[in-house]
Amino acid sequence: MKTLTRETRDADRVQTEQFITPPASVSDTADGYMLEIEMPGVKKDGLDISVENNELTIIGRRSVPAAEGTVIHCESRPENFRRTFELDPSIDANKISAKIDQGLMTLTLPKAEHVKPRKIAVA
Amino acid sequence: MNLIRYHAPDATSWPALDRWSNLRDELNSFFELPLSSSFGRGGQLFTGWSPALDLYESGDHLMAVVELPGMRKEDVDVSLHDGALTISGERKRESTNGEKAQRTERYVGTFRRSISLPTRVDASKVTATYEDGILKVTLPKAEEAKPKQIKVS
Repeated sequence: MKTLTRETRDADRVQTEQFITPPASVSDTADGYMLEIEMPGVKKDGLDISVENNELTIIGRRSVPAAEGTVIHCESRPENFRRTFELDPSIDANKISAKIDQGLMTLTLPKAEHVKPRKIAVA
Repeated sequence: MNLIRYHAPDATSWPALDRWSNLRDELNSFFELPLSSSFGRGGQLFTGWSPALDLYESGDHLMAVVELPGMRKEDVDVSLHDGALTISGERKRESTNGEKAQRTERYVGTFRRSISLPTRVDASKVTATYEDGILKVTLPKAEEAKPKQIKVS
């Protein structure tokens, strides 16, 4: 049941684009999971979220124009962001929703109806 | 990320080893604390949250760019003192509606970054914007620091 937190390391995959791994937090909610990923400089259009073979991949591409002038001090990285997670089988992949606000992407991953706890009334 | 934690055998069930368990816990926390906070991002072994800061210089102004994802505008503080720009703030834990954290890599708490500016700036004209999780502070140079073209007559 903890598979959402398992991260897929895709070392074998041929990479044409370089990515960095942004910090992410996962929490359990009443009806599923919530995933938060820090992607400063990424707007809604720069998000690319896909599910393939039960693997959730989130790519965030920065769209912030480079500041003008000469660089005096630089700590930021130019690469885009990518995180990959294996989805828990209880998650309904069709109902995943995402939003991004001030560079923080929040993904809501609801559990499928059939795995939710259900109260059965005694007739 | 999938480090498997070593589960030490329960020493408390062994009375003779009881007094060692405190020491063991202390040693464990000594190793675990700085490590767990440094796993998510590099270079923050003991500093907690240290958001990336860039500084640019152009003809008539300096610009500081800081990555602060998921903050509220009112929780960010920008100040100028003695030729140094300081950006500080606090990220508060979101109100939890019965959520249980499974994995926490995002840092919650305060941060403080300072950088000394290479030229004098006009403190009264400093402006800042916060958009897409990026704070941009524009610092117009003081008159005497601006480049001047001198005409040869």
